[in-house]
Amino acid sequence: MTYNFAAIVPELMLIIGEPILMLTASTMGRRATKITTWGTVALLIAATIAALVGTEPSSAGPLFGGLLSADPFAVYGKALIYLSAAVAIIAANSWFARDDEHGPEYPILILLATVGMSVMVSATNMITLYVGLELNSLSAYILASYRRTDARSAEAGLKYFVLGALASGILLYGISLLYGFTGSTQFSAIAAALGRDEAMGIGLLLGLVFTLSGLAFKISAVPFHMWTPDVYEGSPTPVTTFFASAPKVAAVLLATRVCIEALGPAIDAWRQIIIFAALASIFLGAIAAWGQTNIKRLLAYSSINNIGFVLIGLAAGGAAGVSAVLFYMAIYVVMTLGAFLVVLNLRNAAGEPVEAIDALKGLSSRRPGMAAALAVFMFSLAGIPPLFGFWPKLMVFNAAVEQGLFALAVAGILGTVVGAFYYLKIVKVMYFDEAEEELHYACGNLEAAFIGLFALIVSPLGYLLIGPIGSAADNAAGALF
Amino acid sequence: MADVAAGYLPILLFLAVALALSSAFVGLPMLVSRLTGAHRPDPEKLSEYECGFPAFEDSRDQFDVRFYLVAILFIIFDLEVAFLFPWAVSLMGTGWAAWIAMMIFLTELALGLVYAWQKGALEWE
Amino acid sequence: MIGIFAFYLFATLTILSGILVIFARNPVHSVLWLIVAFFNAAGLMLLLGAEFIALLLVMVYVGAVAVLFLFIVMMLDIDFAKLRSGFTRNLPIGLLIALVLLAEMLIAITAANSGPLIGDQPASTAQSNLSAMGELMYTRYLVPFELSGIILLVAMIGAIVLTHRDRGDVRGQKIHHQVRRDPEEAIRMTTPESGKGVEL
Repeated sequence: MTYNFAAIVPELMLIIGEPILMLTASTMGRRATKITTWGTVALLIAATIAALVGTEPSSAGPLFGGLLSADPFAVYGKALIYLSAAVAIIAANSWFARDDEHGPEYPILILLATVGMSVMVSATNMITLYVGLELNSLSAYILASYRRTDARSAEAGLKYFVLGALASGILLYGISLLYGFTGSTQFSAIAAALGRDEAMGIGLLLGLVFTLSGLAFKISAVPFHMWTPDVYEGSPTPVTTFFASAPKVAAVLLATRVCIEALGPAIDAWRQIIIFAALASIFLGAIAAWGQTNIKRLLAYSSINNIGFVLIGLAAGGAAGVSAVLFYMAIYVVMTLGAFLVVLNLRNAAGEPVEAIDALKGLSSRRPGMAAALAVFMFSLAGIPPLFGFWPKLMVFNAAVEQGLFALAVAGILGTVVGAFYYLKIVKVMYFDEAEEELHYACGNLEAAFIGLFALIVSPLGYLLIGPIGSAADNAAGALF
Repeated sequence: MADVAAGYLPILLFLAVALALSSAFVGLPMLVSRLTGAHRPDPEKLSEYECGFPAFEDSRDQFDVRFYLVAILFIIFDLEVAFLFPWAVSLMGTGWAAWIAMMIFLTELALGLVYAWQKGALEWE
Repeated sequence: MIGIFAFYLFATLTILSGILVIFARNPVHSVLWLIVAFFNAAGLMLLLGAEFIALLLVMVYVGAVAVLFLFIVMMLDIDFAKLRSGFTRNLPIGLLIALVLLAEMLIAITAANSGPLIGDQPASTAQSNLSAMGELMYTRYLVPFELSGIILLVAMIGAIVLTHRDRGDVRGQKIHHQVRRDPEEAIRMTTPESGKGVEL
């Protein structure tokens, strides 16, 4: 077998850069925070460029005996993951400058998680998939309990770890059943074996169900969503920002690749599961968000809700469905990063971060720009037409209708209407309620620039991007078929 | 019984003999003392004279969390050793690629060790 | 014959020590019984011909995980009598979990008949599984192997980040300081007069 290192240059860059930054962090101590932060950001941007430039058709085939693939699908995922991870690191800059002892390690852990995520999106073998997933998850558990002196952060880390380990076990059980009945961990070989025998045994079906359950946990789809609100609320806000962006992309793309490449011939079996998870996520995400008073919890339910719409695209299957999923994830990342960047910069009079929705009261009178940006993100997350968030939802519903899933599309549209309420509630609080306490905004220029840029992307101006993102998504989706 | 297990029969027998002999060494004197009537315990006899002293406090005491750090670092290197076994057995057949692979693996963990050392995680007081 | 005898011996001891893990009054004893259970499970693995797993059980589980368990049992300072007092209250949940485990075992036992094996049957060789694993892990599955090294690295960084804190009063040994010492400045030659002593 041959080793094609040219095709994994982005990963190699991250892996080789990581120990250098790590040793800088240990020799220089707290002073290294700036170096590791910007070093990691530079590495991620360089890796993005390497991933985008290095996509020749020759490197798109199976690599390392079929363990990995650097096809356009993987490249699309990597670019999205690297860039959103870079934004999440920049967003944490001012946060960790305040007091934390282990500031320099924060970007390094995100870097390691990014290596795991980039393996997740390029894995074409169950073993690589699992190793990549664990690398990402393990870093995430540590990040969740990063503020170890804060009981809520420690609790979030513990919950995430215990439930995540359980989900990994379930996933492994499913993988071992699939391996046992099909005789391979290779996606293509599993698909070939599934295609050979149309009548699936109950054992194989159980393997499929367990594998999908494990993956559903990682994308926090109902009924495996229970960890999301607690972890999102308890983790430090920059970490939540990270959780809501890059790992979501990686997990969704991973689930898509497994469903299409490995379990493709069994689409009738997994479509039912995905449809159930999609509708349950949409409605539970929308309804449970109503009573929330903490904005991080609310955004957690918003992410569950949005994952439901993504799953509609997956349930549709086919190149159009996968393309819709990819498009949705790109826009979703921009919207969610924007919303979290605003939340990150809310401070009370004492300079402490605030998370209560009530704290947003009267935001429009004091910081009209910030309020407008948050309103744009909220309307866009709700999928209200003039904004860009509407377009991916339309694509997803279109894909479902094309495949004859009318009922699913109608239910999804109904879910959009139900979900719009709580997004509107936030807008109402910002624009029509009287302020109760003094709020400060420690928003740096860079953060403000990012918020502005993201707001611009999700504004109606974003429709100009339909061409480039759409063709990239189509190209990436084509790689799976 | 699988063929592999047959190779481990000597160890099983060795352990069986060791277990039998050691329980005989412990059990026989006790049995003999009971049978001959020399077994007459009283509180004074059972107290710990010449063999230490009664415990001062409950042995369930809070531990420093630093022990935990040491234990985790130990587990990590223990797992590293676990990876070395199949490598050592198969090295003649797998050749240079496997050798280089293991060296990279060891370097990864060696860098981790350097990190832990510089952080002062191996320092005690 | 010896194989069957050994199987029943190891299996009985595993179950017995498993029961004792639960019923031991002293949590430290529970962990010790757990170690016995691990040893016997290693014996069972050997009987199955899975040398590597047997080795891992002894080395990693007995050698490291059980030690960590002991640490944690000691570290947490839990009042176990109080924990046990909720036994009857938690019994329904315990029974539920036991039922789930039982169902899983039944599924595992009947799994062989639950569908056709649709893949190709693997070829059987006379190779020992330790070297067969080595041949696969370090060549064909090289990428996951290196990544598992990085996972261990993450675990190391995580343990340090989450539990280590800088203590200002730590006086570590600085070897380079010791090596760099120059005899010129460390040793002073004097010839003191008798009864006068030396100025330090």
